[in-house]
Amino acid sequence: MTGAAEAPLLEARDLSKHYRVGRQVLRAVDGVSLAVRAGETLGLVGESGCGKSTLGRCLLRLAEPSGGTVAFEGTDITRMSERALRRMRPRMQMVFQDSYAALNPRRRIGDLVAEPLRVHPGPDGRRGRDGIAARLAELVRLVGLPETALQRYPHEFSGGQRQRINIARALALSPALVVADEPVSALDVSIQAQIVNLFMDLQARLGLTYVFIAHDLSVVRQIATRVAVMYLGAVVELGGADAVLHAPAHPYTAALISAVPEPVVGAASRRTLLTGDVPSPIAPPPGCRFHTRCPVVQARCRTEPPVLRDVGGGQQAACHFPLG
Amino acid sequence: MGSEAPLLEVRDLTIALPAGRGGWTRIVEGVSFSIGAGEILGLVGESGSGKSMTALALMGLIDAPGARITGSARYRGQELIGLDRRRMRALRGAEIAMIFQDPMTAMTPVHTIGWQIDEQIRAHRRLSRAGARARTVQLLSEMGVPDPERAAGRYPHQLSGGLRQRAMIAMALSCDPSLLIADEPTTALDVTVQAQILDLLRRLRRDHGSAVLLITHDMGVVAETCDRTMVLYAGTVAERGPTAALFARPAHPYTAGLLDSIPPLRGARPARLPQIAGAPPNPAERPDGCPFQPRCAFGHDACGVRPALVACGAPGDGQAVACVLPSEGRPLPARLA
Repeated sequence: MTGAAEAPLLEARDLSKHYRVGRQVLRAVDGVSLAVRAGETLGLVGESGCGKSTLGRCLLRLAEPSGGTVAFEGTDITRMSERALRRMRPRMQMVFQDSYAALNPRRRIGDLVAEPLRVHPGPDGRRGRDGIAARLAELVRLVGLPETALQRYPHEFSGGQRQRINIARALALSPALVVADEPVSALDVSIQAQIVNLFMDLQARLGLTYVFIAHDLSVVRQIATRVAVMYLGAVVELGGADAVLHAPAHPYTAALISAVPEPVVGAASRRTLLTGDVPSPIAPPPGCRFHTRCPVVQARCRTEPPVLRDVGGGQQAACHFPLG
Repeated sequence: MGSEAPLLEVRDLTIALPAGRGGWTRIVEGVSFSIGAGEILGLVGESGSGKSMTALALMGLIDAPGARITGSARYRGQELIGLDRRRMRALRGAEIAMIFQDPMTAMTPVHTIGWQIDEQIRAHRRLSRAGARARTVQLLSEMGVPDPERAAGRYPHQLSGGLRQRAMIAMALSCDPSLLIADEPTTALDVTVQAQILDLLRRLRRDHGSAVLLITHDMGVVAETCDRTMVLYAGTVAERGPTAALFARPAHPYTAGLLDSIPPLRGARPARLPQIAGAPPNPAERPDGCPFQPRCAFGHDACGVRPALVACGAPGDGQAVACVLPSEGRPLPARLA
């Protein structure tokens, strides 16, 4: 922890993204405020439909927010012109879940990874052919692939190798921030560990800042410094990864953790089962969004929406009755 | 399971696909296992390990042109491999049912879920429409579908993923099958819903006495659901045994590696995750010897020959491993105290 005076690398304030669905409004992201400090990894967790991917895209303005602001290195990017935004792009990159869909199958890896280098001039102006070749060689080594990979096509690689290629491309322009949306969830278990280790090694070497979006709490615990838990478009808990995952303050976080099937025989016995499904984000419940499934719901929760507030230990929770 | 004959006994199941020029690619090689009545067996493996193909072969559902299926799979003594279509159809749904990762593969979008479950019941049993519907509603209710009568009148797309999965399980159970084959039934679901469905599968065994073959890639799902576990690697059985023994003392370096590579949810956070190098081999390029050898930290000369499945662990508990290490007198250390 550096001093509180240091400005965060990325800061979202009251960020929202609403979609029109017929005559109704789907509040995919609904008033999210959070900050990401330089060099840390913010884990963004929650179930499908909670808005974590949409939030990730809004943070990079890959989706146009409906309201609120995102400041990157102190500059508000939500009101920036397309041109000015384009100049910011090399500083903030994204890695997606589907490693195959993210790569044009008809182009060689060398072309795919070189593309950002050709589009964006480097710090010393436009890169020459040799400059690009040298950078490509450096990038594939960085992500643990042989240089021969540059001559090959995406289908010749396994899922884990393709994700390495996507990471190499995201790093081509030396970004400060990488938003990774479920980057390991499509991979087999034995490959997942390789890619999680790679993310951590790269962070240590290059001083990267990550927003790591995942539904797998074990993976997030491994990689994240801090964790934000989302439910129906809102952050319901935010804090240090160890604090949030070991002593959750929000009943939803607690239920989410307890639902994880651990590879330990007999672990399921201490489970608190949530009933029902996540309600529709088109018509979220009034009061606390989680009250329809909350095991410790009280009368107040049905009418009064809780706000995210400090609950001690550097943790914040949006709950009237946080767990002790 | 004592002296009782198993419900399903699979011996030396091999599935090969034509690879051109008269060659064959073996997707599944010599897989043997059995399931007792009311038992939950976990079939774990990564993509391409052959776990889904094994299940499809048992159900007579492999439709790849020219596929060659050899070996034996006896259900209550009846051979399933090569069984004619009509008799297979009578067995399927009534005796052996299957559920899939994506409920939409098992359901048609053009009929209500009630209609589809009614039809399944009436295909196997002489029941009136009203009688079938009453059973459908009862099943949906047992599966924890709220307001089951109304849910029966809805189309699959009108239900959430969790409810669709419950409806599919209700359909699979409509004729009280003795064996349920569940292929990644919770992979597409969120963890809180997954926990509900796994709870449901465990209840099934208790309330209906159904045996379950649970196919999954998730060691956590196995740990909390399965009595016994079989680990497949590259189309072969790497290891099998009682779940508790297999997790405490994995005998195959692949099983141990899989367990180690899962980041822990509790306790100390490792600086680096133990990882297995490389990736599983392409079915057409599997090595002659132990298929795991190229990725194995213990690989040595003896691994050039395909290892047989040999008993290991506590005598009589049924743990067996396809690895030379135990017979060389240097088994892997126990994982858990």
